[in-house]
Amino acid sequence: MTVRLVVVSHSEKIAAGAVELAAQMAPDVVILPAGGTDDGRIGTSLEKVMAALEQAAGDDGIVVLTDLGSAVMTAEAAVEFLPDPDSVLLADAPLVEGLVAAAVAAQAGADAAGVKQAAEAVRRAAAAEIPAEAETLGPPDASGDFEVVNQAGMHARPAAKIAGGLSGLEAEVTVNGVDGASMTGLMTLGAGRGSILHVEAWGPDAAKAVKYVGGLVEAGFGEP
Amino acid sequence: MGHLTVGLDVDWAVRWLTLSAQAMADHRVELIELDRAIGDSDHGENMDRGFKAVMERLADAPPATPGAALKLTAMALMSKVGGAAGPLYGTAFLRASTSLGETTDIDPGALAAAIEAARDGIVARGKAESGDKTMVDAWTPAVDAAAAEAAAGDGDVLKVLLAAAEAAEAGAVATDPLIARKGRASYLGERSAGHRDPGAVSTALILRAAAGAAE
Repeated sequence: MTVRLVVVSHSEKIAAGAVELAAQMAPDVVILPAGGTDDGRIGTSLEKVMAALEQAAGDDGIVVLTDLGSAVMTAEAAVEFLPDPDSVLLADAPLVEGLVAAAVAAQAGADAAGVKQAAEAVRRAAAAEIPAEAETLGPPDASGDFEVVNQAGMHARPAAKIAGGLSGLEAEVTVNGVDGASMTGLMTLGAGRGSILHVEAWGPDAAKAVKYVGGLVEAGFGEP
Repeated sequence: MGHLTVGLDVDWAVRWLTLSAQAMADHRVELIELDRAIGDSDHGENMDRGFKAVMERLADAPPATPGAALKLTAMALMSKVGGAAGPLYGTAFLRASTSLGETTDIDPGALAAAIEAARDGIVARGKAESGDKTMVDAWTPAVDAAAAEAAAGDGDVLKVLLAAAEAAEAGAVATDPLIARKGRASYLGERSAGHRDPGAVSTALILRAAAGAAE
């Protein structure tokens, strides 16, 4: 079992398309769309959202991704109607990138808080490529250099694997200076085959985090 | 009738919702035009559709208490309105329903508390404050007027409802010069001044219907 995801959009097609995209990277994660109104117009429907939340209910919790204003309000209202509102977390993240990052984190076994964090980290990456803490954290607790060996290099799927796995660890991680928990940040590195990735980590799980990233990179992310 | 105030029971709640649905149908075009000026022109259409759904559900499953009638309304509005007014009004009716609990005969204190709970729900959901040119600018004067009448009045629920309706109507008119800081109208900035907020107008219509149902 993993954390399950629900996508609330004004558009049925956006919700369905986002689910299709994310499912490609996270085949074992239950991701349910709740887009549009009951009669197929643009808008959001409490009943559609509640039906998705009921269908997604499980032991590991649910993380909800939303698009615009009233989708957020409808999702919040739906959670208020639930018998167990604490089982659902709303992620404040761009819908498509956030969903993909959340799905990969869920696939990697992160808990609900970790999945939400993975989704929200994509916004942090857009705002600032280098986490502000990195400058004040002092020397890293662990670090390592790893060569990219797969043909395609650091594209979306490897970036999502790194970011997803790190979201479950108690560590601040940078890869060549960008936030390791941010899928979009990692993608901006444009690291091709033969590039060296310098990984630095702070926190109780620092060594584990460096080992996790290094293992993925050196194994070519499971790709040729 | 007319001089004798009826108790606020489930029959009042159903009359209120019926009059609200009627008001949304009657003012549909007016709300559409207000919303066209500063929003996306769907408010009248959405509210009319939402309250028509409320009427269908009331007919399908007649509620036993005022609170149950308001909860049914919350579900219908949040499912059928589509735009931001759905979760906002839905939350208002849901919180009012919770505030009333199992009461079958609402007194002035419970009534004022329910109106306040409705407003607090809207504020919690939409994060708007007084003066942002939203429905909150009709709700908050209604909350204050209802509380004052409930505290100082002679126990007449109709007077509480009339005080709330009048205050909401004045509050809606007072949105004319405001510059929107929340919702779609906020994209217009200063150009939103000189138009009445459609959500404040629909709020005044709903609260007027509540008083009408008790007359």
